[in-house]
Amino acid sequence: MATTVPENPLMQGLERLPVHPTTLVIFGATGDLTHRKLLPAIYNLAHEGALPERFNLIGVARRDKEDSDFAGESRESIEKFSRRETKPEVLDAFMKNVRYVPGVFDDPEVYRELSEALDAFDAEAGTPLNRVFYLSTAPEFFPEIVGQLGQAGLNKAEGAETRCVIEKPFGYDLDSARRLNTEVLGVFRERQVFRIDHYLGKETVQNVMAFRFANAMFEPVWNRNFIDCVQITASEDLGIGTRAGYYDGAGALRDLVQNHMLQLLTLICMEPPTSFTADRVRDEKAKVIEAISPPTVDDVPHMAVRAQYGSGASGGEQVRGYLEEDDVPPESTTETYAALRLHVSNWRWAGVPFYLRTGKRLARKVTEIAVQLKPVPHLAFQQAGSVGVQPNQLVLTVQPDEGVSLSLGAKIPGASMRIRPVNMEFHYGTTFLSQSPEAYERLILDAMRGDATLFTRNDEVDGLWQVIDPILESWKNTPGPLPQYPAGSAGPEEANALLAAGHHWRSL
Amino acid sequence: MTTELMHEDRWSEQNTTPSAIEAALRDMLRVRHAANEAYVPARVLNLVVVVDREWRGEIANRLEDVGRYNASRTVLCTVEAGRSTLDAHASMAYPDDPSPGQPAVLTEGVEIAIGPQHLAALDAIVDPVIVSELMTVVWAPHGHADAIDALDRLAHVVLLDSSEDFEIGEALARVSTLAERAYVVDLSWLRSVPWRERVCASFDPPAERPSLAKISAVTVRHHPESGAAALMFLGWLASRLGWDPSRLVGRGDGMSGKLHARRQDVAVTLQSEPRQSVPGLAGVTIETADGGSIALDRGPGGLTAHRRLRDGRDSEWTVLGASRGEGGILGEGVRQALLRDPTYRPAVEAAKAMLP
Repeated sequence: MATTVPENPLMQGLERLPVHPTTLVIFGATGDLTHRKLLPAIYNLAHEGALPERFNLIGVARRDKEDSDFAGESRESIEKFSRRETKPEVLDAFMKNVRYVPGVFDDPEVYRELSEALDAFDAEAGTPLNRVFYLSTAPEFFPEIVGQLGQAGLNKAEGAETRCVIEKPFGYDLDSARRLNTEVLGVFRERQVFRIDHYLGKETVQNVMAFRFANAMFEPVWNRNFIDCVQITASEDLGIGTRAGYYDGAGALRDLVQNHMLQLLTLICMEPPTSFTADRVRDEKAKVIEAISPPTVDDVPHMAVRAQYGSGASGGEQVRGYLEEDDVPPESTTETYAALRLHVSNWRWAGVPFYLRTGKRLARKVTEIAVQLKPVPHLAFQQAGSVGVQPNQLVLTVQPDEGVSLSLGAKIPGASMRIRPVNMEFHYGTTFLSQSPEAYERLILDAMRGDATLFTRNDEVDGLWQVIDPILESWKNTPGPLPQYPAGSAGPEEANALLAAGHHWRSL
Repeated sequence: MTTELMHEDRWSEQNTTPSAIEAALRDMLRVRHAANEAYVPARVLNLVVVVDREWRGEIANRLEDVGRYNASRTVLCTVEAGRSTLDAHASMAYPDDPSPGQPAVLTEGVEIAIGPQHLAALDAIVDPVIVSELMTVVWAPHGHADAIDALDRLAHVVLLDSSEDFEIGEALARVSTLAERAYVVDLSWLRSVPWRERVCASFDPPAERPSLAKISAVTVRHHPESGAAALMFLGWLASRLGWDPSRLVGRGDGMSGKLHARRQDVAVTLQSEPRQSVPGLAGVTIETADGGSIALDRGPGGLTAHRRLRDGRDSEWTVLGASRGEGGILGEGVRQALLRDPTYRPAVEAAKAMLP
């Protein structure tokens, strides 16, 4: 018989909701992501008093080392990468409950030792603590770790919650994503699984939902009757740096479009959820993904463009092209630029093209969503002597300058009725006092709390790969070389072919 | 971590007027924006502070310590005996080198020297100087209740520290009165946030939640001048858990008494802790009728928690968290002006009912 847990009346009015006592286990504890992002994020939560009242950390990685070595290295990373100045007394207290389990991920002995370390923390607390396993390893280890956790019986704990956070990429294509989902859901239940896409933890991405669902004025025009097209851009001015090993195997489509950019599209297109809970929000996002018509392989050349950056001038410096970068094979056909035209086939969005583009070594770093409204049906004003009346554009900038901008037509001062576009701008930085927390702070806390709203559900992952897979398939079967665009430019000319008549890519 | 280098444009005038101050601010903004379009004014809230001239430096230092939680326009009114005219200076702080394509945020400060006779009509001086469409927070750390009253029509939020009143009853009565007119942000209440969060968290796991109905004793240890904070903490527990607050008995170093919960009485004790050097709470112990207890006390790196389980076993650990310091508390006060806490007034009312 299920017992009812009484409400906690002390929770009302508190900004930070309680998180139950937890031991967090990081697989890949010596990796770059752990030291640059995860450990600083956990420290910042500790500094703010946001961690659970009891919190322990166990690192698992291949290199052999003692608890104290791992604690010392973690401390150094936190001091180097924390967004706030560290306090020695907080770090000292934090490091007291840090342990390290060395070993390779396919060795059952590692999981036996891990189990002992977890039990020791439980015994010290006198109560079973919640367990969160954070998989921050290379993706090929995910199935092995999940399987071993299951075999060791660590996928559940009597009297406590067990959760599993899985870093991106979740799969390499539709088949591998489905295999991974099958492996993961063979060990954990969906409610225990938190597939991370750190983009969703960004304040400004969450603000897309606030913008849409907390302001009644936009809803009447938020549909095919008023919106002409939507452009989603995620451009970077940098090249691949030292990431050739990863990037040449992934490419722009997998790196940014399959996850971040399609997630932005779902937030723009989703219907208002009935409540802001994990499943209601994800139900609405899943419906959008389902409504994106996956292309056939034959459609791909007409709706997708790929290219590579060539040499050129970026930030005032002459830079190499992608094929000349260190560790990139000279015959590589990995795209550093991808642009797509997608359609969301539902009542609200039918006929509205969604243009997505991302690339490296472009003119500027910007992530934005530009919603272009249809032009006015009849123009009574004089156009001569001005740039003329332009369709209104609503631009939500995610980074680097978070804000919202609305372009309007305004009269140029003077005797005649000439119009030019002006911008009404809102910058988050001028209006809020708070420094936005790092996305990982929010997401780690949510995972410990069991709130999956900002994580990707299995049906979402599957649907996103269904959209991307035919493009990957087509590109795999199309021989190179790829079109080139000069470094520091706005991208390849070929991308213009995706645009419907009268549409233009926004200036970067 | 990077620290932005800030510069300042300044303007000052003796025997000036509010209109001249406002014009100077507008002019500084125009000049700065003309120099570089990236400069845009912060538009968060106005903070109006009324202080005695001789304590101006102390308050200015406290405002500097709030870090990133600066009001976008701070108006400091310094009250000087014998002054009959207004002197003012205004400043506009801007970052040294704006990044291309990104806005560089300007913050504005105004200091107006006024005489005591100006207080009764302070709104007429302040009104032209604040940004009208923004929320206005008023803070008078040296009393000046007349100034707060005069600014009534402008103030959306009153910032205060109920621990600064020597007499707890007067402090709580004043809070109640002000709360009828504006939203009150009380620094004493904010100092107890980590304590309230931790007590809430201690009882939140499903196995612990039934214990909330079994609380039989609460002891709150506090800085000698933070009796109001301790009483409000107790008021918070009482109002949230449905205890019937009743008059406590005062004794030399605190208060004690019994409150009536649904199942049993709750023995409550407030203890002054003279060894504590900073304002606020020093510790909290909560006992339950079945023999369990949780004690939280200030310690290195956070709060030291001591739990006695129902079977008699003990455990002790550190609940991690950095002290925010008084600068951090004031910054939090400014930030809280943008939020609303529905539990504060019920806690104050319960605290008033417990006054000896």
